[in-house]
Parts: sequence; C-alpha cells; structure tokens
Amino acid sequence: MSLGDFLSMGGYGFYVWGSYLMTGLALAVEIIAVRSRLKAAREQSGDATR
Amino acid sequence: MTTASINWFRFASPASFFPLAGRLIPWFATSAAILAAVALWLGFAVAPTDATQGEAYRIIFIHVPAAWMSMFIYLVMAFWCAMSLTLNTRLAAMMAQALAPTGALFTFLALWTGALWGKPTWGTYWAWDARMTSELILLFLYFGYMALRHAIDDPRRADRASAVLALVGAVNVPIIYFSVKWWNTLHQGATVSLTTAPKMAAVMLTGMLVMAFAAWFYSIAMALMRVRAIILEREKHTNWVADAARQRAQ
Repeated sequence: MSLGDFLSMGGYGFYVWGSYLMTGLALAVEIIAVRSRLKAAREQSGDATR
Repeated sequence: MTTASINWFRFASPASFFPLAGRLIPWFATSAAILAAVALWLGFAVAPTDATQGEAYRIIFIHVPAAWMSMFIYLVMAFWCAMSLTLNTRLAAMMAQALAPTGALFTFLALWTGALWGKPTWGTYWAWDARMTSELILLFLYFGYMALRHAIDDPRRADRASAVLALVGAVNVPIIYFSVKWWNTLHQGATVSLTTAPKMAAVMLTGMLVMAFAAWFYSIAMALMRVRAIILEREKHTNWVADAARQRAQ
C-alpha cells in the first residue's frame, strides 16, 4: 500500500482525515488553553506551587 | 494484615488535592498518549477494510469514543454537581467546572465526526433525527452550564445555580443513549451492547475500546490540570496558597 493509497482512503480521504485532523486540532487547542490557564493562575498566585 | 490509614476525606480539601492532582497528571497523560498510539495503529494498520463501508468506517475509532465520552463526562459532571449541592464542598463544584469544557469538546467532536461519516454512508451531513438532535442539545447544555457559571460573579452562587442546571439537563443523557431504540432514527442502533454479541470484527472492536480508554485518560488528565488552575484562581487569597508561595521563594 503506497502513501497515496493510504491518504486517499479508498476515496473517503476527505471524510476520514477531516475527522482525525479536527480531533487532533481540537485536542491541541484544549491542551494549549489549559496549560496557559494554569500558568496564568500560578503567576497570579505568586508562582505558588508546583 | 495492615489496615489502610489514609484518610481519603483529606483530599476533599483543595489544599491537599492540589499536589495530589499534580502528581497524577503525568501518569494519565502518558497512558492516554500510549493508548491513542496503539488505537491508531490498530485502526489504520491492523483493522481490515470494511466490506460494506470501505475505508469510511475508520471514523468509528474516534466517533464512538467521542460520543461515549460526551455522555459519560456529563454524568460525572452531574454527579459532582449533586455532591456540591448536598455536601456543599468546594472541590466538588470545582471538579464539575473543570469537566465541562472537555465534555463540550467531545460532544463537538462526536457531532463533527458523525457529520463526516454520515455524508458518505447516508448521503447527508445532518438530519434532525432523535440521536443527532439530542446530542446537539447536549452541546448546548454544556455551553449553558459554562455560560451560567461565567455570568454569576459570586463563585458559590455560580456553583449552586450551575449545579441545578446540570442536574436538570442530565435527563437528556438517557434520551441520547436510548434514542436509537425509542425512535426510528437515521442513526444506526448501538454498535456495542452489554447484552448482545458485538456486531463488528474483534480487531475493530479492540481498536475502538483502546481509543475509548485513551479518551478516558485524556479527559482525566485535562480535568485535573484544569481543576488545578481553578483551585489557584479561587483560592489565591487563602493562607495555604500564600504559604506555598513563601516556601517556594525561600
């Protein structure tokens, strides 16, 4: 199976990769958002705790 | 025989839960990453092409776990809301608050991947059938919960008001789950059930379940990280946060 076959997903590439890319994107956004919220909360509380 | 001497109620206090959550997060995050990698390998390299749906069915490995998590997180959130209302504990309300965004995210992903799966298999991205409509209502319940919290300045009042909303909305979860039985929906019936044999190949089922565990551990890691931020945001004027800051500075 070539890379092109894998990416085309038997003609369903748009649907399959559209699902997986959005999932990856959404999780990445959440991880970044939560980390920055925790960082901001730490700085606000005087870099209190680990 | 030794008896456990840990007082578990100690961890109901934000001050002692904060460091515990910090120690647990790496374990859940790492487990989630490993399980997701295994599930992707099973889903794309091991599982064969589906006889009727071709490769489009591979969306199942995220659609079903996301849909499960969307409902399960809501129930856990409603549980913490009930704890917060009855026991009036701060940490319970904070846990509910920490779960809502992750629940909303999985609800969105269930709807998104469902639409992208519906188009090639049913010929439409969306239909107002009972399963899809009730899942959309779930998304609005999460948004409503977060918006209500946001709208009330006093955190304790926000705890109570949003907990009532979350508990009333919990009635929607069994409606989503049983919608495919109660109504004639475009959405297919349950793929996996405790009472009947699985209607799918073992390797597909395994990939889906491994991904479900990955989603579960991911959600726990996210909720714990978010609850740590919430604890600091809400307790920054307390002595324990100040003490911890002083110890850190020395």
